[in-house]
Amino acid sequence: MSDFLAGLRALDRRWIFLAVGLLVIAPLLFGFHIAPVVPSHRAKGFYDAIERLPEGSTVLLAGDYDPGTRAENYPMHLAAVRQLMRRNIKIIGVELYPAGVPLADDVLRIVGAEFGKKLGVDYVNLGYKVGNELVMSSMGTSIPKTFPVDSRGVPVSQIPVMRGIENFQQIDMIVSISAGYPGTKEWVQQVVSRFHVPMVAGVTAVSAPEYYPYLQAGQLQGLLGGMAGAAEYEVLVGKPALATRGMDAQSLAHVFIAFMIVLGNVAFLGLRKPAKG
Amino acid sequence: MKRTVPFFITLLSGLFCLVAFFVPHPWIHDSYGAVQTWAIVVVGCTYVLGVANLLRINVRQAQRREGDWIYKIVLILGLLVTMAVGFSEGNHYSDVTSRFQWIYRTFYSPMTSTMFALLAFFIASAAFRAFRIRSPEAMLLAIAAFILMLGRVPLGNAISHYIPDAADWLMEIPQNAAKRGILIGAALGVMATGIRVILGLEKAYGGGGGEGGT
Amino acid sequence: MLGVERGRAGVHLPAAVSFAICLCSLLFALPASAFPLKASDTPNDGGGSITLEWTASGPVAKEWILVRRERGGTFAPVTTIEGTVHSFRDGAVQTGVTYEYQLVAQPTNPQLDSEISAPTQAVASKFDWTKLNVLVVSGIFFLLLFFYIWQAQSGVRWTFRKIPGLDAIEEAIGRATEMGRGVLYVPGVQEIDDIQTIASMILLTKVARMTAKYETNLLVPTNSPGVYTVAEEVVKSAYADVGRADAYRSDQVRYITSEQFAYVAAVNGMMLRERPAANFLLGAFFAESLLLAETGHSVGAIQIAGTANVHQMPFFVVACDYTLIGEEYYAASALLSNDARLLGSLKASDTVKIFLIVVIVVGSLLLTFGQSWLADFFSTQ
Repeated sequence: MSDFLAGLRALDRRWIFLAVGLLVIAPLLFGFHIAPVVPSHRAKGFYDAIERLPEGSTVLLAGDYDPGTRAENYPMHLAAVRQLMRRNIKIIGVELYPAGVPLADDVLRIVGAEFGKKLGVDYVNLGYKVGNELVMSSMGTSIPKTFPVDSRGVPVSQIPVMRGIENFQQIDMIVSISAGYPGTKEWVQQVVSRFHVPMVAGVTAVSAPEYYPYLQAGQLQGLLGGMAGAAEYEVLVGKPALATRGMDAQSLAHVFIAFMIVLGNVAFLGLRKPAKG
Repeated sequence: MKRTVPFFITLLSGLFCLVAFFVPHPWIHDSYGAVQTWAIVVVGCTYVLGVANLLRINVRQAQRREGDWIYKIVLILGLLVTMAVGFSEGNHYSDVTSRFQWIYRTFYSPMTSTMFALLAFFIASAAFRAFRIRSPEAMLLAIAAFILMLGRVPLGNAISHYIPDAADWLMEIPQNAAKRGILIGAALGVMATGIRVILGLEKAYGGGGGEGGT
Repeated sequence: MLGVERGRAGVHLPAAVSFAICLCSLLFALPASAFPLKASDTPNDGGGSITLEWTASGPVAKEWILVRRERGGTFAPVTTIEGTVHSFRDGAVQTGVTYEYQLVAQPTNPQLDSEISAPTQAVASKFDWTKLNVLVVSGIFFLLLFFYIWQAQSGVRWTFRKIPGLDAIEEAIGRATEMGRGVLYVPGVQEIDDIQTIASMILLTKVARMTAKYETNLLVPTNSPGVYTVAEEVVKSAYADVGRADAYRSDQVRYITSEQFAYVAAVNGMMLRERPAANFLLGAFFAESLLLAETGHSVGAIQIAGTANVHQMPFFVVACDYTLIGEEYYAASALLSNDARLLGSLKASDTVKIFLIVVIVVGSLLLTFGQSWLADFFSTQ
């Protein structure tokens, strides 16, 4: 027994890495399903807030993430655009991460093709602007002055979907897909607090607890946390996709990590000195 | 002089920004907006210094054939080629078919995602190595961790719907309360540090040691 | 006096007739449901904004067109407002110019239009009263700060609890010196304008002085050119301060990249190649915190971490030997310096914390008994 515990204590962490890798890859490769995804009240809040928007509304879609958090943010970005386009809501995309522009372009293009939406008429991507919170407060004064051209270099005055859009007063909702800073917190502080625009947010799992106070205070109407939140939202939108497939892998990974905590404590139990007697 | 001038600039601009927080009048606020814009410009200019430093160090290490010098050459080539391709494509750099986008999709995007994905492996090894249940508080923490890890995935709901409910309660009540306490303390720490810097009590950040050195 | 007779009921006949005529003219001259439109300067702003409020009685239009004119001008449409809305903020006016407004019903129905508002000007406020609570707490903090600095200069000394992470800094550098290995200092991944990065630069001075004194190699990879320029100056000055300017090498402080995960990959590579004996992870960190901490552990380094990013603290607590949590991180520079004035600022922030705890407890009790004035005063707008 003591040999076994000693071996456990000296376990090369590469065995742990291998086990995690296999547990994550297996459901994705073989497609077996562990449990259905049940939407939480936070995801329902996100979905219902967009459902309540009248057709023809205009939404600012802030895709503030980059490929690093693609696994968590991209599925929720995709599902959000699906719901918005299904409801014939106009989309104005902005990004505060320079590497997020191609991701936003991809999402709008892919879903736009699904729903027959036209770039410039039904949606536009204004692209990236340096300045973080300054960009947000500048948009509060004038969006066309902050983004005089879109991500393709086309002047916004020539883009039909931007007609009549001057500042946040013409924006019916902000949908923030965020990896961290700058992101959801800054949108709440700079825009929601000052201009009282309704907002929903999709964020990474590790940062989701930070936004619970905003959700409780009503500054956010819905919140998606990580890939789990994205999967819940996909179910609500009616098109389970990347995130839903990933939840089976995540389930196994979580169980394995819990098992590792137990195993680690068992391994070091043997180190405890015997009681004097 | 080298240390006095920066500290006066810090004092005046710090006090000005404090006043601008409370005074919305355009006489103050327009200047505050200009100060913020200039700060972005100054930071943008430092990118030139940063790239120069990057090239200087890596070129020198490659020339001297220091350890892993091949990777230094890969870095230098990657930097120069990406910049050249991006500049050559002008406004069309964001087109789906552009060469810049090819570099982004082929190299940058998968590599960045991969680094983030490493977290899954490291969390498992950290959980095995370091999560020791040595006290009642650590036991409570472990129980909360188990509930949360199960509650956040469909498996938890499949076992019992109480698990995600318990996970939600843990996150919304005790976690929120503790986090708010930490945030209040941290915010006071920010105030104290900021005041020390503005009033010149803390000079070290500007490259001046002076009082209070170790 | 004028030969007027009173009627049987004692009512003054001409007065009654006049009243009846006035009443009829009121009833027929004005629209049936004209409602007042209150226009006022939007408070606590820099001007350029007028707030409109109304309560439409009786039948309400499906939509309003808000029209506006300058004094003496003609009405022009501003925007369309849904009939269920009761307020609007017009942010497209010039400060100091007098405007009048009216809500015009759509579909057109003059009986549902509002009255024309009283002339109003947008005015730039000199103080944002919604931030009075912040001013009060800041003012208390400033007063306490100066009071404790005065006390410190009068010779008063306080004791603060020991923070193991701070005591371990010199021990970690000593360990690196004995092992003949270097020290790695990672100042976080935020820009130089972030307060955590500024606090990190202050701590870097202390660490750099120690490494210079003990002739231990110090490496500082930075994630931002702004941080690189400051860190370089800090380290150079620290070496000069202890008389070891000759030992400073220009490649000790490096700019790596501003991309988060590329930076992590580079720093992990440095850890695996250089195998530092001590790692300092002090600053703002995000998802890379565990990647750095685990790699540092794998090379056998003693690790001291400090951050105010709440979501990364658990990773550091689990993976590092010592962690400075939240305000401990900000207090570190003052505690290490042992300067009485800096310690006075710590005392001031602790006192304000006690004040806030009292406010929270009293405010919660008052709210329980239906008194919300204290909670309202401290709420943010």
